[in-house]
Amino acid sequence: MPKQPKYKHYIWELPVRINHWTNVFAIVVLGVTGFFIGSPYSFGGSASDFTMGWLRFIHFVAAYLFAVSVVSRVIWSLIGNKYASWREFFPFATSNGRKKMVKMLRYYMFLDRKVPETFGHNPMATTAYIMLFGLYTLMILTGFALYAQHAPGGLMYRSLGFMYAIFSSQGLRLTHHLGLWLIGGFIINHVYSAVLMDIKEHDGEISSIFSGYKYRIKKPE
Amino acid sequence: MSNEKKSGVPEKSEHGLEKQGYSIGEILKQRGVSRRDFLKFCTAMTAAMSLPASFAPSVAQALDEVKRPTLVWLNFQDCTGDTEALLRAANPTVGEIILDILSIDYHETIMAAAGHQADEALEQTIAAHKGKYLCVVEGSISMKDGGVYGCTSGRTHLEIARRVCGDALATIAIGTCASYGGIAAAVPNPTGAVGVSDAVPGITVINLPGCPCNADNLTATVVHYLVFGKIPVMDSKGRPLFAYGKRIHDNCERRPHFDAGQYVEHWGDDAHRKGFCLYKMGCKGPATFHNCPTQRYNEKTSWPVASGHGCAGCSEPQFWDTMSPLYRRLPNVPGFGIEATADKIGLGLVAGAAAAFAVHGAMSALRKDKEPQETKEG
Repeated sequence: MPKQPKYKHYIWELPVRINHWTNVFAIVVLGVTGFFIGSPYSFGGSASDFTMGWLRFIHFVAAYLFAVSVVSRVIWSLIGNKYASWREFFPFATSNGRKKMVKMLRYYMFLDRKVPETFGHNPMATTAYIMLFGLYTLMILTGFALYAQHAPGGLMYRSLGFMYAIFSSQGLRLTHHLGLWLIGGFIINHVYSAVLMDIKEHDGEISSIFSGYKYRIKKPE
Repeated sequence: MSNEKKSGVPEKSEHGLEKQGYSIGEILKQRGVSRRDFLKFCTAMTAAMSLPASFAPSVAQALDEVKRPTLVWLNFQDCTGDTEALLRAANPTVGEIILDILSIDYHETIMAAAGHQADEALEQTIAAHKGKYLCVVEGSISMKDGGVYGCTSGRTHLEIARRVCGDALATIAIGTCASYGGIAAAVPNPTGAVGVSDAVPGITVINLPGCPCNADNLTATVVHYLVFGKIPVMDSKGRPLFAYGKRIHDNCERRPHFDAGQYVEHWGDDAHRKGFCLYKMGCKGPATFHNCPTQRYNEKTSWPVASGHGCAGCSEPQFWDTMSPLYRRLPNVPGFGIEATADKIGLGLVAGAAAAFAVHGAMSALRKDKEPQETKEG
């Protein structure tokens, strides 16, 4: 038994963890199928094959899953614990949050040697996440706007009428396409930062998204 | 002839559209168009308007009785391509319906009068039939510097459009230029070209974009007006739903190849010769609303995709800017040069992020950090 125990804290509730892994699954499926929809290979051997048809079907089902997942997370940010709260995503809005952000940024930029002990979300991460949620919204709106064009005049097409006013058809495609690359860039950042902070903070950062628990020296409040 | 008795003083129909003398059915008979051809035409028009075949007799009856409306045709910043498409309509009956049945009182390209005589004809027509004639506009309208970049007989097109379209019962913008500005409005749009509905706000405009507009769609629009007494239901871009209500991609004859995963990879390759999907060759069918696959051009002979070339998206607003490059799936990204595709930029972005974090990771690994004060190993 070490002299100085670390206390375990329940941070990520089950719905948050399910949401995280649903997003991972949906984004991977959407990314792979979307890539082939954007620049397909001639998979079809005969005209009675349905390769593009199935790719698009999987893409659309995953799109619904992803949209439901994102909306659920927004709802959970209103009813979940304080670490899941929407307030976590605007650290720059409070003076305390800004102080934490500066500390974290100084550490990331090698200006500070002291590892900041974060609790719940890392303030730099939530800043990235709020931008990511903006990107998710853009991807969902442009994606469903493109999808709804098969049934002009339908409920979805009419509800997304504002999208057709903002974007041209090809503009929707380009935005939706570039969005995936931005999400790809985010994933590199996200995985790297999580591994880095897991190593530096010794707080079980990586396992926390499976178990829900993080560890730190201070007692739970 | 009994017809002569009916001519003379123009009479007003129940729709408020002023008609001249003879009914369309009577004129056709006079012109030697057989009843059979007339009914064939009515059936074709019924189909073009996306109405069930059972409507054909109603269309025939209405056209039998309705009197021909006055029509004025204005040419602005255009290539006369829509007039050409109309005059060369392969089916002579259709051409006849348009040119003879409608009383075209002013059309710069085909009228005999010229100069002041032509001006007078226009003035007389719009003065005599104020608020009761149809106006067809071909070409975009220059708005920059008071519209001086487009003038006819000393008056700007903007001035003419305000006067003639403003007094019309309804205006039909024929072709992409009249609908949305077309090629003249493409970046950098030196003349400030716009479509009719932007140049003269507040008037009733029916947009029939296309480069050129399919003459059958123009005829069907006019027939719709004559039969039902109102303009057809339109989409958010002012286009009749019967002609622009479905995406080209969704009615395309090559669609099974798209779903199957059979694509043309290069011009003239085996897949191209076999008639596979042109998606990878930059076909804009998935982004374009038009009835080309069903209505086709030149007496339903062919249309671009049938002849092995992708759709250019010509019936969409700003298609010169938004649909280019013609032979690529995605537009170029503004500010990144002509040859930079979205994927190159995306790949660069992801590689850049990966490289930056790799460097950060290496530096973090080599660096000795201070642990939180209370931490001790044990």
